[in-house]
Amino acid sequence: MNTETQTVKKTETSKKVNISGAEAVIRCLLEEGVDLIYGYPGGAIMPVYDELYKYQDKLHHVLTRHEQGATHSAQGYARVTGKVGVAIATSGPGATNLVTGIADAQIDSTPLVCITGQVTKQLLGSDAFQETDIIGISMPVTKWNYQITKASEIPEIMAKAFYIARSGRPGPVLIDITKNAQFDTLDFDYKKCTKVRSYKAVPEVKEQDLDAAAEIINNAKKPLVVFGQGVILGKAEKEFKAFIEKGGFPSAWTILGLSALPSDHNLNVGMVGMHGNYAPNKLTNECDVLIAVGMRFDDRVTGDLNTYAKQAKVIHFEIDPAEVDKNVKTDVAVLGDVKETLAKILPKINKNSFSDWMQKFKEYDAIEFEKVIKKDLYPEKEALTMGEVINQINETSKGDAIIVSDVGQHQMITCRYAKFNSSKSNVTSGGLGTMGFALPAAIGAKMGQPDREVVAIIGDGSVQMTIQELGTIFQTKVPVKIVVLNNDFLGMVRQWQQLFFDKRYASTEMTNPDFIKIAKGYHMQAERVSKREDLANAIQRMMDSKEAYFLEVNVEKEDNVFPMIPSGASVSDVRLS
Amino acid sequence: MEDIQKFTFSVYTENNIGILNRLSAIFLKRHINIESMTVSKSEIDDVHRFTFVVNITKSQADKLIGQLEKQIEVIRAYSHTEDEIIYQETALFKISSKHLYDEDLQKRLKFRRASIVTVTPDYFVIEASGLKEEIDNMYDKLKPYGLMQFVRSGRIAVSRSQMAISELLQEIN
Repeated sequence: MNTETQTVKKTETSKKVNISGAEAVIRCLLEEGVDLIYGYPGGAIMPVYDELYKYQDKLHHVLTRHEQGATHSAQGYARVTGKVGVAIATSGPGATNLVTGIADAQIDSTPLVCITGQVTKQLLGSDAFQETDIIGISMPVTKWNYQITKASEIPEIMAKAFYIARSGRPGPVLIDITKNAQFDTLDFDYKKCTKVRSYKAVPEVKEQDLDAAAEIINNAKKPLVVFGQGVILGKAEKEFKAFIEKGGFPSAWTILGLSALPSDHNLNVGMVGMHGNYAPNKLTNECDVLIAVGMRFDDRVTGDLNTYAKQAKVIHFEIDPAEVDKNVKTDVAVLGDVKETLAKILPKINKNSFSDWMQKFKEYDAIEFEKVIKKDLYPEKEALTMGEVINQINETSKGDAIIVSDVGQHQMITCRYAKFNSSKSNVTSGGLGTMGFALPAAIGAKMGQPDREVVAIIGDGSVQMTIQELGTIFQTKVPVKIVVLNNDFLGMVRQWQQLFFDKRYASTEMTNPDFIKIAKGYHMQAERVSKREDLANAIQRMMDSKEAYFLEVNVEKEDNVFPMIPSGASVSDVRLS
Repeated sequence: MEDIQKFTFSVYTENNIGILNRLSAIFLKRHINIESMTVSKSEIDDVHRFTFVVNITKSQADKLIGQLEKQIEVIRAYSHTEDEIIYQETALFKISSKHLYDEDLQKRLKFRRASIVTVTPDYFVIEASGLKEEIDNMYDKLKPYGLMQFVRSGRIAVSRSQMAISELLQEIN
């Protein structure tokens, strides 16, 4: 079958360390400090797997049950550690199965290096078995990609891949390696990459931008900070806290910014966007200065741009120049890594506090509590709500757990109500909204932070998209806690159908399997809860377990998530019912 | 609503396989039609230059520059309006040799910068350079003679003002 072996060069007599391309790939990973990778073997990547076998004491490989699981696990790992996640797959379907995770990492700025095998160079373009143009396919969803066809390219390209993935605004890089390059030999010499001439990872900070921003900030009467994942990616939590505390700025977060500031911080005014909190959404259109920090004005955050914060001066702290003025026109853009820019602006801003303005947030909070939160967290009806489950998890975790959420109603409820004491604790698919993200991402998160509790909150629809990863949990014994909030519906789509499509519930009702039996089929501890009086104990049992645990909670079938900014409406038109 | 106008993008890139795909995908993702495109070497060794012509608004052009420059292998991207550049296109017209001595046709060739680049017993080939409108005009005039083949290049353009790309490269090298 494989003719590639014929292309293996006879090793020339040389004093240098002469190794195969496949071994070089592993050595590059080790040079970059990688000790854990996720993947799935197959024909075109077998030489690399053969080397993995030899290096298994240094480099742990987790066999996921699907390549999509490998990328999401690598993402979960990267999101909680701040390190580059690595996923590896074969050519053809192996490579295409990575694409959803890569697209997710691209839009959520997650550093990944994905390695794919490719048919041997001589067969490229011949429609060979499991040949697919993964370079072409992945191009629009990678920060960078490259096809290696010669073994000698491996060290330099791998070094570049890690540098590009982690530097500046992070993102996924895909390296496709033809089989001949894995078999061929090279003289291995590794140098870490520190720059690429056509790529400026972090823009230079301009003093005049800092001055201009400080002047506007110092004249603000009703400032509002909206922060995103840039604070976390920039490891700038301390600088951010110092900045808002000195200025006394009420600070709201996007779902990817969640956990960068402790939930109980007195300046934390909650979540912005479609299902965000009432106060920050309403007051976005009343503030006089909007200070955006490491966020990108996603449409789910802004609603209608023509009515978004038009009264406010906008300051944008941002690492990616392409994000400036992309969606919201800024008055001052402060380019640079927020860790640097926030530290540099700190001495320029006045110490301040805005008690009347903060009071407005409290007033709106009280309205939201009365109309929404009370019913979500302390329901009087018989059926369980998603909110009370999250609330119970908070009670047990005390805000110390890493919470991984999937996509849909349960995700919005989780982000609204989960409490966090420390950064890098909220892992969710924000930009792409990838159903099926949470189960594999939780595996990566737990392996990245083995000493912390990792709880995955997943809907009944989402869990079935990557449910095969229960096999990975079973095989690796990774003790993740899985909570499936089951309403027998694709809840978020159903909610939209109810509100905007006259209750025509087209293909949103789910006839679900017995999840407990499935979990038990993987020899996992599992239980189902349907009654309020059983909830607290069940969650306690789950959290106390030293092993993986699967908890299904049957919740109200037709609950809706509020507040809600209808698609295309203004942030100030946020609805409470 | 902002006016749509013609923009010419000059994009300096590394000379690697696949950059064309990466750049064209940026236009595709935003549903922007590329009117013309030319790729060539540039004034700097090992640096390629893409010239794209698109009809878009100023704010779209500004955002495109951001997206183009964000690509790892793009060194710098510039956008220019019509009055900021000197530009040309080239076209080839292949015509049956039975029209070679046609007086009207010969007059028309004098009309614009056009020349006959090859003559055979069966056909001859006219090359013409100029603005797109000029070549369109010539096309209309030559069409009645029965064009055996017609082809036109993408726009090539140089900016009136300096594009400080060489200095930039020295700085980052």
